[in-house]
Amino acid sequence: MHKESDIRIPLILGDKSYKDITDDIIRPIESKAPKGWYILITIFAIFGLWGVGCIVYLLGTGIGTWGLNKTVEWAWDITNFVWWVGIGHAGTLISAVLLLFRQKWRMAINRAAEAMTIFAVMMAGLFPLIHMGRLWVGYWVFPLPNQFGSLWVNFNSPLLWDVFAISTYFSVGLVFWYIGLIPDFATIRDRVTSPVAKRAYSVLSFGWSGNAKAWNRFETVSLVLAGLATPLVFSVHSIVSFDFATSIIPGWHTTIFPPYFVSGAVFSGFAMVQTLMLILRKAFRLEAYLHTKHIEYMNIVIMVTGSIVGVAYITELFISWYSGVEYEAYAFLNRATGPYWWAYAAMMTCNVVSPQFFWSRKLRTSLTFTFVLSIVVNIGMWFERFVIIVTSIHRDYLPSAWTYFHPTWVDIGVYVGTMGLFFVLYLLFARYFPVMPIAELKTILKSSGQNFKEGYGNGAGYYDGHGHDDHPIVAEDAMIEEDVVEISAVKELSSEEIEITNKSLLERLGGADASNKDDLKLISGVGPVLEEKLNEVGIFTYAQIAKMAKQDYEALDSLIGSFPEGAERDDWAAQAAKLINENN
Amino acid sequence: MADTVIYAMYDDDDVTKEAAKKMVAKGIHIADVFSPFPIHGIDPIIGIKETRLGIVAFMFGITGLTLAMIAIRYMMIVDWHMNIGGKPNFDFLGNMPSFVPIMFEFTVLCAAHGMAFTYFLRNGTLPGMPSHNPDPRTTDDRFVVEIRPEENTQFSIEELSAFVKSTPIVEIEEKVIK
Repeated sequence: MHKESDIRIPLILGDKSYKDITDDIIRPIESKAPKGWYILITIFAIFGLWGVGCIVYLLGTGIGTWGLNKTVEWAWDITNFVWWVGIGHAGTLISAVLLLFRQKWRMAINRAAEAMTIFAVMMAGLFPLIHMGRLWVGYWVFPLPNQFGSLWVNFNSPLLWDVFAISTYFSVGLVFWYIGLIPDFATIRDRVTSPVAKRAYSVLSFGWSGNAKAWNRFETVSLVLAGLATPLVFSVHSIVSFDFATSIIPGWHTTIFPPYFVSGAVFSGFAMVQTLMLILRKAFRLEAYLHTKHIEYMNIVIMVTGSIVGVAYITELFISWYSGVEYEAYAFLNRATGPYWWAYAAMMTCNVVSPQFFWSRKLRTSLTFTFVLSIVVNIGMWFERFVIIVTSIHRDYLPSAWTYFHPTWVDIGVYVGTMGLFFVLYLLFARYFPVMPIAELKTILKSSGQNFKEGYGNGAGYYDGHGHDDHPIVAEDAMIEEDVVEISAVKELSSEEIEITNKSLLERLGGADASNKDDLKLISGVGPVLEEKLNEVGIFTYAQIAKMAKQDYEALDSLIGSFPEGAERDDWAAQAAKLINENN
Repeated sequence: MADTVIYAMYDDDDVTKEAAKKMVAKGIHIADVFSPFPIHGIDPIIGIKETRLGIVAFMFGITGLTLAMIAIRYMMIVDWHMNIGGKPNFDFLGNMPSFVPIMFEFTVLCAAHGMAFTYFLRNGTLPGMPSHNPDPRTTDDRFVVEIRPEENTQFSIEELSAFVKSTPIVEIEEKVIK
């Protein structure tokens, strides 16, 4: 087991056992969705439908329905594309780069961030598709043999690089996410009772059994995929920046773009993760797994990448003057003081000034402030792309062609629509998928769980009830020797004694028969075998178990040979009482 | 009875590992271990070799890179060369710098998907496949060691289960498989 210093703040708070982790993460899937979920999904579905309507109208009528004109021939479509792709960078960065660096705090957020990544890339991919204008010949972007004298796609073009980069990123991200989800789907499959859900999750879990060889492969595959995804993340946004950097438009033709876009992407991606996770942890009561320390770590990433972005902005300004190229210098002067000064000011304030607040520990550990700032950053990053794209082209070399961009209702509708679709997908994910990696969280419980670090409760010595100071190395050989004696010392009773014990036990607990039996397996610590044995003794219902006291546990102990010592610790009686309440 | 399986259930990963070590030291061959998460360090104890999926990924990556180079060379240099921005269009190496992004992306695409597909096939995890974990709790908080008496003919079933009971189990089950 990988040891972690006791000084480090635990990543899992409270007294959690492996079972608690399963219960906490799966609870939202097993229980009924709250009313708020239905309200939210309806609102976002309406937005999404509106967006779909706008896209259909656009495809039927043409790109002219957007506010583009002869000078500004690329505006909101590509702004939204870059914005969504940028958001879609945090997930893979968290799960791949932080996995390579063995940052355990990633486990609280990687599943939800990867889901966000996949949905954001879906929304991003929509924009190049529809701005082709003729969606039905979209397959022309692939190098397919054709009848035009075999005219191939241009492998020198950044736009084609983009096609390959985005599709590779999306499909590899999806596979990475799904491979991690499989063991958790298996956990859900083995718990749910409704036949429809059981069937659905058993298909989704691909028949995962969790045997040692499968886990061995799982770990290697995760590591290799992380290794592959890490350069992929950097390549994707570098290539997105090439869309601009390889052109010779002043304001776009900048070699600083790749690193500047990548850090901008990480910046906006983490901001979106904050927005979503702060809501999710509250709604799902997952504060024990995603607490202030996690939020603080993410805020530090936001502060660092925000500062890198700020340095890039200022470098650009300086170089435009220093280069001595007057077109270049004008492009930047116009950006800051021209008709779009307000967009430039918004970008500078949101992206450069606002993250500097996180130098204060008080502010970066404040959840409300973080939430507000994460939204500010998202707005700022949208403006960054808008500023780069529109202000660079709205005043070209011919002053008579100078113009101003006005979005139409279709521009706005498509953008709002992608937000709607994104949140619909995200809400479905939150409702039906495990929002945190259950299996991975269990692997860090012993090294980073509060109970294990501090040595109480379910934690240290979880299996034998001793503090971890008594057991610096868990499971010493000597301990197993002791247990040999204990287990073989179970009293052998004569058949008469068994009958008497059994009879008095049932007198205390009340009789029941197989006809009104409850599913005893729902009690923690009871499996199919133990359930059968309890039934043999004459225990069929929760009502009986709820009455159990110390002497009854002892009686059961002598009646059932391999009775677990854990029954009293797990407090069957209280569990059964709870189950009775839930059933009524 | 050659068709019996003994399932020993534990409630902690380190206990499971120690118990497996004890059993192996005694000469018992462990068929498999089922757990809700990877138990680090159990593989060498029960004799599981390091997976070769990393090599598979490398092979798929090399294949992808080769395919990308062959295809781009054919399309851009051999079949129909175009003068694009005055870039060298008569030899592959001269024009290669601008082919690097797609060569890289295609390498990653093939390596990742090739490895993922091999992983699914080797694990037998595909949509609709049946699971074979002995107890539903092994995906929650229980750890099961599977022992097949037919692989341990030097012990009787009674001896095996007596030894298993001497480790800190929480449950033991002997199952007859058909």
